[in-house]
Amino acid sequence: MIEVRVFATLRQGRDKVTLLSPEGIACAGDILDRMNIPQEEVSILLINGFHHKPESEVKDGDIVALFPPVGGG
Amino acid sequence: MAGAYYEKIARINLTTGEIKVEPLDLELAHKFIGGRGLGTKMLYDEGVATVDPLSPENKLIYITGPMTGAAAPSTGRYMVCTKSPLTGMIACSNSGGIWGAKLKYAGWDAIIVEGEAPDWTYINIDDDKIELLDAREYVGVMSEAIDEQLKAKHGADVSVLNIGPAGEKKVLLAAIMNDKDRAAGRSGVGAVMGSKKLKAIVVKATRKKLDNIADLDALKVAAKNAMDVLKANPVTGSGLRQLGTAVLVNIVNNIGAFPTKNWQESYYDKGDDISGETLAEKYLVKPGACHRCPIACGRVVNVNGKVVGGPEYEPLWAYGGNCGNNDLNVIDECNMLCNEYGLDAISVPCTIAAAMELYQRGYIKEEECAGVPLEWGSTRALVEWTKRMGNPETELDWLMSSGSARLCEAYGHPEYSMSVKKQEIPAYDARAIQGIGITYATANCGAAHVRGYMISPEVLGLPQQLDRTVTNEKAAWVKTFQDLTAVIDSMGHCLFTSFAMGAKEYTDLLNAATGTNWTIEQVLEIGDRIYNIERMFNKAAGMKPEDDRLPKRLLEEPIVNGPSTGMTSKLPLTLPEYYEARGWVNAFPTDETLKKLGLDECVGK
Repeated sequence: MIEVRVFATLRQGRDKVTLLSPEGIACAGDILDRMNIPQEEVSILLINGFHHKPESEVKDGDIVALFPPVGGG
Repeated sequence: MAGAYYEKIARINLTTGEIKVEPLDLELAHKFIGGRGLGTKMLYDEGVATVDPLSPENKLIYITGPMTGAAAPSTGRYMVCTKSPLTGMIACSNSGGIWGAKLKYAGWDAIIVEGEAPDWTYINIDDDKIELLDAREYVGVMSEAIDEQLKAKHGADVSVLNIGPAGEKKVLLAAIMNDKDRAAGRSGVGAVMGSKKLKAIVVKATRKKLDNIADLDALKVAAKNAMDVLKANPVTGSGLRQLGTAVLVNIVNNIGAFPTKNWQESYYDKGDDISGETLAEKYLVKPGACHRCPIACGRVVNVNGKVVGGPEYEPLWAYGGNCGNNDLNVIDECNMLCNEYGLDAISVPCTIAAAMELYQRGYIKEEECAGVPLEWGSTRALVEWTKRMGNPETELDWLMSSGSARLCEAYGHPEYSMSVKKQEIPAYDARAIQGIGITYATANCGAAHVRGYMISPEVLGLPQQLDRTVTNEKAAWVKTFQDLTAVIDSMGHCLFTSFAMGAKEYTDLLNAATGTNWTIEQVLEIGDRIYNIERMFNKAAGMKPEDDRLPKRLLEEPIVNGPSTGMTSKLPLTLPEYYEARGWVNAFPTDETLKKLGLDECVGK
């Protein structure tokens, strides 16, 4: 399974954690499509803790974390 | 009168009671802008680098920037500049709220406090009238109460700056507070104020805006442009308002850079319990904003029925994962205690974390803990030890209140203090993020994240995404961030405007307000100059090249858990590159660099 974690405003109307079957998912962008998350709403996309783009490959067992634009100090 | 400066400084000698009005050196002001730059330069010129920080010879400069109070976004900032008793080096502590703007509206660019009062005193500023008043009845009074009491006495429209019991007792981690819950938090500036027996500074001003802008029309255009840029940017336009800096907990944790249990681990499985999302869900009452700020990153929270200023990302991390604690309500309570006692809400919990590791390893014994053992995750320990550090009595209270470096040294294990130049390192694991490690090691005020916030490009992707694991070009990026930050800190804007604004926006605002005609390059060069005068202050104060370092744990102990397992900091590679980018040799500017930056007075020193 692929574990998808959403954060901040991306949690609105969604579960904090979603488990997806890897079938039909080749890249992170496929996850966004599957979960109805517009690409422009995702500013930080992590695969197993590292920054990636929607084109990046995703495999079974990966943890994908999605954040909207955020700042801090 | 030139633009944006009132060209008036009040020099207050607490020993003699003398109050002198001095003109601002405008040429110097243009060379160092104001705020952090000008404050440091003045301290350097007046020989403060070699004084004992808690002696009457130290000076406290409360200084605004030309933009403080101006009709532009986020102009509520001022600096407290002094020699730090914690680090022995320059302290430039930045704070928001409204106090700095009120000082400016009252017609003062800065006030310099010297000497030591014969007994507890507070300063009352009412436009151009300044008087010294008896503060003995306010000794021991906490921040919220003194704000209320001084407003009752002087009027509801005053702004109050104060120290709490921690500053009164010259605790090295004491902060200077203003407007109840805004803090000039770091480097022990509160202890310096306490050593002068100065309890508070009250400011009242008739003006509600600046009437000394050089080109009002140009400022209106530049300010509107800045406002548009801030509103269009999702971070400054809505992101920070919705979740505050607390939003960083889950990001930093999910890249495995969340120091846990005094940096023994770097991923906290209970991170979401203490996140910005959970804070918004459970305890947030509303956002809070400083003077003239549209970003509104502040959190107003409910702590057991009391509505108070709430925690930033730093204390959430430091009282949370770094102490092995996931009770968010207790973090809110401890943050409130730091505001009330007037304590650095980064250094205090980080010192508690160091103490917890010493306890874990058997160096601090249970008998020494006076009934409150320093156990990981103990909420009772977090609350009680914060109070004890804010009002120390026992030997261990005093050792802890002097910070983790002195604490760990006293127990024969300095390696457990996660600090640089004796100031505690903030909330991002430098083993997992290479650039921020350079910032920590080289910040002139001791370990700091805001003096070159590399988290922005390395984690948040602003202005662009850098690979956090590589060292290429990081040194050059750090220098640029440090220089621009020095400009912003000297102008009087809040640093958070830089998530959206760039050098061009700051240059346009500065030129319009002051009537200067700087190019972007010239403004960044001023930032470089400011960074170098800070470094020369430190050199005069006795800084050694080895003070630019990171703790051994970050260089030699790879991360043990989470996504960044196995990583260490590559500072030995990046530090030489940084010095080259700066034109420094062995941690200090060369004469050639000093001359290039117009710091001829520092050549040969």
